[in-house]
Amino acid sequence: MMTSRTVRPAPARPVRAVPPAVKRPGLAGTLRSEFTKLRSVRSTYFTLIAFFLAGAGFAIAAAAGNRANGGQALFDPTATSLQGAVHLGELIIVVIGALVITSEYGTRMISTSLTAMPRRGVLYVAKAVVLTCVTSAVALITSLASFFAGQAVLGAGHGGASIASPDALRSVLLSAVFVTCCALLAFGLGAVIRYTAGAVTTLFGLVFLIPLLGQALPTNWFHEIERWLPGGGALGPIIATKPVPDAAYLFGPYGELAVFAGYAAIALIAGFLLFRRRDA
Amino acid sequence: MIEAKALAKRYGDKTAVAGLSFTVSPGMVTGFLGPNGAGKTTTMRLILGLDQPTAGSVTVNGKPFGGLYSPMREVGALLDAKAVHGGRSAHNHLLCLAQTNDIPRQRVDEVLSIVGLSDVARKRSKGFSLGMSQRLGIAAALLGDPEVLMFDEPVNGLDPEGILWIRNLMKRLAAEGRTVFVSSHLMSEMENTADHVIVIGRGKLIADCSMAELIARSTQQAVLVRTPRPDELARALAAAGGQATITGNATPDGSAELEVRGLNPERIGDLAFAAGVPLHLLAPSRASLEEAFMELTADSVEYQGAAHELRELADAGREA
Repeated sequence: MMTSRTVRPAPARPVRAVPPAVKRPGLAGTLRSEFTKLRSVRSTYFTLIAFFLAGAGFAIAAAAGNRANGGQALFDPTATSLQGAVHLGELIIVVIGALVITSEYGTRMISTSLTAMPRRGVLYVAKAVVLTCVTSAVALITSLASFFAGQAVLGAGHGGASIASPDALRSVLLSAVFVTCCALLAFGLGAVIRYTAGAVTTLFGLVFLIPLLGQALPTNWFHEIERWLPGGGALGPIIATKPVPDAAYLFGPYGELAVFAGYAAIALIAGFLLFRRRDA
Repeated sequence: MIEAKALAKRYGDKTAVAGLSFTVSPGMVTGFLGPNGAGKTTTMRLILGLDQPTAGSVTVNGKPFGGLYSPMREVGALLDAKAVHGGRSAHNHLLCLAQTNDIPRQRVDEVLSIVGLSDVARKRSKGFSLGMSQRLGIAAALLGDPEVLMFDEPVNGLDPEGILWIRNLMKRLAAEGRTVFVSSHLMSEMENTADHVIVIGRGKLIADCSMAELIARSTQQAVLVRTPRPDELARALAAAGGQATITGNATPDGSAELEVRGLNPERIGDLAFAAGVPLHLLAPSRASLEEAFMELTADSVEYQGAAHELRELADAGREA
């Protein structure tokens, strides 16, 4: 083997083109970076607009279809107007949640991102925080728009609620928190699975298929586990202002939201640990 | 300054890098050579902390990559020019990278102009040619005005103009005192660019020396001679201990070309003069890097069998 050094005196370094860092680059800059990433691709806008239109559109359609039920005691005008934001919104928002991280693997941009910010925990937290801020803002706007659009169509004469009605504001706020949790659940799964299609499919399996399969169990067993499921009837209390079916076997609105948030937390933590440990 | 110590990486049961130790110094272009699959990209990913080594360690400016204070101000890297989100504009791609290291926004426009992409800064990079993508990747590497630059196969698929541009850029960066580490399997390209070379094969170090030394040590040098009296000259050279072989046919005037080994051009000229044989050509035929490289990596392909030859090469290197 040949080994020798090529020696050449190093000339003086020219004037720096970039000012030195005043403090160690960290979360603040990485948060700005992640926001730039999110706002600079079209898929973000397509997804968020589709989410808003699905939520508000469903609210208007459901309200129009339920005008006849307006007077009934069990008719829940608030939940009716929020069904689209929650159930259709869930389908759409998981795409953006997963893409925040899976698109970096799909494009192999992750290598460049980690070369710029090798502190992986910082990058992961920045992604999660930006996703939370953007999703919760759009989800809140969508929930409010859905609520008011739905109530406007129902009108006072057909059982329309006001935001001051008992539990109406709570349902609106919790629906936005739920949608944000959906995005974070998808983000965590995305970090684990690294493929958009794989992450979204796994998530659909978790929130749709498992509650459905649960119903194949003997009814008394199902009643024991239903409150712990990340979908199906267990989501009912989150947006309800009137009693829901199976209410006796479920937690209340905050309890069911906490269960769902628990699933999101597990996915986020699993994603975090794997993101830090695995080769990029 | 990049320092690798007994660096090793296994993927499953496949060994990509097997105990590499080397130093990449500032102020010059260091070529990182090896055939495809030799472990060049893996080594670069280990340097950047993208993959964790199975054994050994590597530092940049004395620190592991993850421990750098402001990574982009210390290291700029281009690994894969197409590894960008195609839906994002060139400007926004660079902006999101700059922001992570608190690099001012105007630096984005600066590097875009350095690489000549200012006119397409707002265009989505999806439509970029390979040459434009390479320039965008180089712009990203230059954002932090770093001391250490790493380029993985930067001239792959470029047209001659693009190759010349990158070659000059690398030389300029090295002349400014920076560490420039550039991998390639295009040996002829490295011959014109690199001052120092690190050659690997099958994840192992084969040579770590100056480019001139690689060429000089790897192949025997020959001297090309043309004369109208080839047989006479061949006899005179053989008597002095050289080996002359007639290459090609004699021309109508009776002159032929000889390839001479074992004698330097000065000695051949003196011998011809003493013998009274006229010479029409006397030129050293330098081995190209391509030949030197083929010879070296041929050894690495049959690593076990060629071990003794490698030791001989090492001895030759130490004697020099």
